[in-house]
Parts: sequence; structure tokens; C-alpha cells
Amino acid sequence: MTTIEKSQKKPAGLRWPRNETPARAAWEEEPSLTVKAAKSATLIVVVLAVLLPLYTIVLTSLSSQSTITNAGGLVIIPGEISWDAYRQIFTGGVVTRAIMVSVGITAVGTILSMVVSVLCAYGLSRPGTLAHTPLLFVLLITMFFAAGMIPSYLLVSGLGMIDSYAALILPSCISVFNIIILRGFFMGIDQGILDSARIDGASEWRILAQIVMPMSKAVTAVIALFYGVGYWNAFFNAILYINESSKNPLQVVLRSYVLQGVSVPGQIAVGQGVAASLALQMAVIVVAMVPILFVYPFVQKHFTKGVMIGAVKG
Amino acid sequence: MSTLLKTDTDAVTGNGAPGGRADSTKTRNKSKLAPGVRSSLGLKARFRRDKSLIFMTLPAVLLLAVFAYVPIMGNIVAFQDYSPFVGIANSPWVGLDNFARVLSDSNFWVAVKNTLVITAFQLFFFFPIPIVLAILLNSLVRPSLRATIQAIVYLPHFFSWVLVVAVFQQILGGAGLLNQQLLAHGWQGLDIMTNPDTFLFLITSQSIWKDAGWGMIVFLAALNAIDPSQYEAAAVDGANRWSRMWHITLPGLRPVIILLLILRLGDSLSVGFEQLILQRDAVGAGASEVLDTFVYYTGVQNGDWSYAAAAGLLKGLVSLALILGANKIAHLFGEAGVYSKK
Repeated sequence: MTTIEKSQKKPAGLRWPRNETPARAAWEEEPSLTVKAAKSATLIVVVLAVLLPLYTIVLTSLSSQSTITNAGGLVIIPGEISWDAYRQIFTGGVVTRAIMVSVGITAVGTILSMVVSVLCAYGLSRPGTLAHTPLLFVLLITMFFAAGMIPSYLLVSGLGMIDSYAALILPSCISVFNIIILRGFFMGIDQGILDSARIDGASEWRILAQIVMPMSKAVTAVIALFYGVGYWNAFFNAILYINESSKNPLQVVLRSYVLQGVSVPGQIAVGQGVAASLALQMAVIVVAMVPILFVYPFVQKHFTKGVMIGAVKG
Repeated sequence: MSTLLKTDTDAVTGNGAPGGRADSTKTRNKSKLAPGVRSSLGLKARFRRDKSLIFMTLPAVLLLAVFAYVPIMGNIVAFQDYSPFVGIANSPWVGLDNFARVLSDSNFWVAVKNTLVITAFQLFFFFPIPIVLAILLNSLVRPSLRATIQAIVYLPHFFSWVLVVAVFQQILGGAGLLNQQLLAHGWQGLDIMTNPDTFLFLITSQSIWKDAGWGMIVFLAALNAIDPSQYEAAAVDGANRWSRMWHITLPGLRPVIILLLILRLGDSLSVGFEQLILQRDAVGAGASEVLDTFVYYTGVQNGDWSYAAAAGLLKGLVSLALILGANKIAHLFGEAGVYSKK
């Protein structure tokens, strides 16, 4: 919550002066009390529907064995707080390994995706350049016709990439969607600036690195978030291409522990309390959630700036 | 060719969307002048001038060639009796046999039926919610409150399906929070997560929880683009709140609504693959088998590669026809659609 507020960068705007009623246009009638009440009730329900499940899951992951037993399951009212569950899943074992796999895939994948996408988007951002139309066409066709799962699987297995981390990165490395959004943004940059750099003898590489990129921080951040979230959340590619359980990313482990009821193993250090199995499960959920909660507020503020419209509209 | 070209610039700048439109239309017009001027150069000179730009696109083109185009050609296994041991080159050709088998398979038709039912159900119950939410949120006067609620409801969109299903299971599952409370107060527990009869409602509510907030973003943008003086003029003429919504707000949203409907129609054969595969064990294949899971289980799990590829290829071709058809319909209604022939 606090992070979200920070991201607005308008601390003053958040605390609306109590005595000052927000501006409603002079011609606009004040809504009736019923309308107002119905509106606020709906919004409160919507917000709670998102936040309550997350709240109880985080709280349960932090609760001690006895608190969970007393609650009879998920904890709503905070009781005794215990970090045992996190201690247990972070001291080696399957979850720790899966976290490392997911972090690695996400970091390497996002960087690779961004480099390839930004280059491609800039390369296609000047209509009229040689081969511009055919190249764009090559990209766009893939948005209308997807190859299908079976040939993709046969290809990846034919390349000997089954059980390799590359199988989690390369097939999903670029999204034409994201490239088109980036391209749209690059095309919107004032060409006069770029032309003057060209006249001064700057190469396209240098223009991209020193002029275009610094002007495109917001859109780059949003697209990087999309790619990063995609890699972090990748589940299907993993069950398709990864058989070795030691290479499973976090989402697959989350599925087996929480949805399929496999009990969470963990190394219990001497002298530490044993975490409740429910707390362990919830801790795995929280771990899968935290990176998104952490990055999201920094990028969220850019969503409404128009860069997003292309993404949703496709 | 030019039809597709139009697509992307339109999609990105977003007709009727404020932010993108304002800063890109100007330069788009400018860059449109460029091609005529530039193509007067010879091919060699143009290559020399543009070679770094072309090189920049190569990594992406290469990745697409390998991971998108090679598999598209790999669909020929649908016309073979493919065996992984002999490979594509040596597998016998069987013509359209696989397609005949697929079309006479009752399990395939169950998957088709489920897919279409889920799409129709979600179109009816899911699709209007982001619109309503956007109008509701747009009516809030305080920008800070609006921004906070927006930030909260967008959030679940970024969670994985595994996470969403896990959260639902913890809240609504047999041992979840809801049943825990019901049982504690002497009520009967509910069987939500494993009941095939209510599965449609379950997956739709999951989709709503995850994506309704995010779906709102494009409608909010469209609402922003409506000229406020229209409202003022209507109010001065005596139109009340509801008639202003009917005559100004909804017409303002119409192009976006139609565009998203087209996209959804073109996508109607893809329904939350991960979401369904995660819950197939719990509710059984009868209720949860859709085209994608059908392909996965017959192909990857049972090794009937050619058969599954045939089913997948059918799906791809019908989807292509749907998106082109939906776009055609949009043109007939005088809307821009996903791409246009200007």
C-alpha cells in the first residue's frame, strides 16, 4: 500500500484536505445518497475481493502452528507471528532451488527479450527503409496464425532442448505484440531530433542508445515488466519442456505443493520450530507473489500514459 | 500488404485513446512523407543507408523463423503417421486420415463444445464487467482515490494462473477459508472447486478476479478521450445522468467495445489453457476439456503426435478464419476493426 502511494509521487494529492470537497463540474448534479452508497459499496467489495485473499494468505504464512490450529485453517485475525515457514523453504531443498531457477530464467530471459525487442522495434521504426514492409510482415503474420503446440514441441525436442533452461527462454523470447508497442513509441519520437543527430554523423546504434532509449524509459519499463512477469509466471512451457524435477521453476513447484497436495519438504535446523504445513504452502504462494508486488508499483504509474493502450487493443 | 501495415500503427496509437494519439499522430503523418522521398535512391544506396536498421531486426527475425515459422511448417506431421523414432523425413504420409479421425472423435467434439460454451459464457458474464467498472471508476471525482483503486484492481492480472487457482483453492476449496467458516458456524460445506456442474461459474469468476481490473484500462482511456464539453452541453440541455451515459458515454466506448469483441471472437477457440489444465484433475475432463488441453493430452501425453497436430491445425485455421471474419463484420458495421484497407 505504502509503495503504491509513493509511486504516485504526489503525496499532497493523496491527502485531500478534509474541509475541501473535490471539484465537481458546476453543471453536474450531486448524485443522490443511494447512488453514492451503491457506488462506494461496489468499490469496497471489488477492492476487498482482491486484497482479502492476499491478506489472509500472507498472514497464514506468517502464523505459528498453534495460531493456525486455533483458526482451523487460514488465519484472519493475527495471532502469534512466526517466520519458521520462510526459514524452512529458504534453507535449501526444492523450493529454494525452484526460486533460483525462476530468478535466473527471469533475469536472463528479460534482458535477452528486451535487447532483441528494442533492436527490432527501432529497426522497424522508420517506414521507407529498405525491406521495411516485408520484415514487418514477417512479424505480423505470427499474430494471426500460431503454429500450435505439437509442432513447437517437436521442434524443441528436435533441437535437443528438452530439459534445458533455453527451452524456457528461447521459444517465448519475443512477443510481436511488445515489439509493436515499442515500435509505435519509437515512431512517435520527434524525427527531427534523430535526423539532426544523423546529420551530425551519429550511427543508428548510437542514436538508439543515446537518444531514443533515454526518451523511452517509461515504455521500456512497462515492456520489461511484461516480459519479466511472463518469465516469472511461465508454467506451461515448463511442464511441456522440463521433465527433470530439479530444473522445475517455481510455478511448477507451487502447483505440486499447493494444488496437488505434495507436502513441502524443507530442512529443519536444530532448535527451530517446525512450521505448519499450511504455513509452508502459503509461504510458497507468497514467494511466487512477492517479486510482482515488489516491481509492480514502480511500473504501474506508467500504465495509463498511453503506452498500454496498444497492448490491450492489440 | 498495406492492410496489415495499417494494423499496427492503429493498434499502437489507439484510435480514441488519449495518450498515444496525442503524441504519435503528429509524427506518424510526418514519417508518412518519408517513403516517397527515400525510395528515389537506388537499391544499393538504400541498403548502405539502412543496413544497420536491417541488422537490428535480424535477431528477432531469426528467433521468429526458428520458433514460429519452422513449427508452422512442422504442421505437416498432421498429414503423416508421425513417429518420433523415424522422424518427419521417414514417417509415412497418410493424407487427411488424421483429420477424418479427429472429426469422428466424440472426445474432440466434447472439447469443441466446452471451448465454445466457455467462450460464450465469458463473453456474457465477463465482458461487460470491465466496462461497468471503468464507468464507475471514471465517475469518481478524487483522482487519488481513483489511482489507488486502479493500482489494486490491476494487480491480479500479473499473477500466474497457478497462483490464481491456488488462491481460489485456499479460499473456496474443500478445506478453504469459506468452508472453514461455514463448518465452524454449523452450516454445510460447499463443493466449489471440484464440482463439474458449477465449473463454468468457477472459471469465469477466476477470470474476472484476475483480469477484469486490467480489462478496464482500455475503457478508462476511451472514457478519458470523450470531450467533457459534450457532457456539459447535454446537461445544459436538460439531459440527466442516465441519458448522458446512454447518449454520450456508451457511444464513446463503442469503437473500443467492438474492437475488443472482435479480438475475443477471433480468440474464441483459446480459453485459458493454463487455467483449465490446472483444474482438469479436480473436475474431470468432461467439464474442463477444451481444444488446447485435448491437443496436449492426446499429443504430448499419449504420444499420438499426428492426431494431436491435426486437431491443433484445425484449431489454428478456424481461429484465423474467425479473426478475419470478425474483422469483416466490423467493416460492414462501419468500424475500424483490427486492421483496415485504407
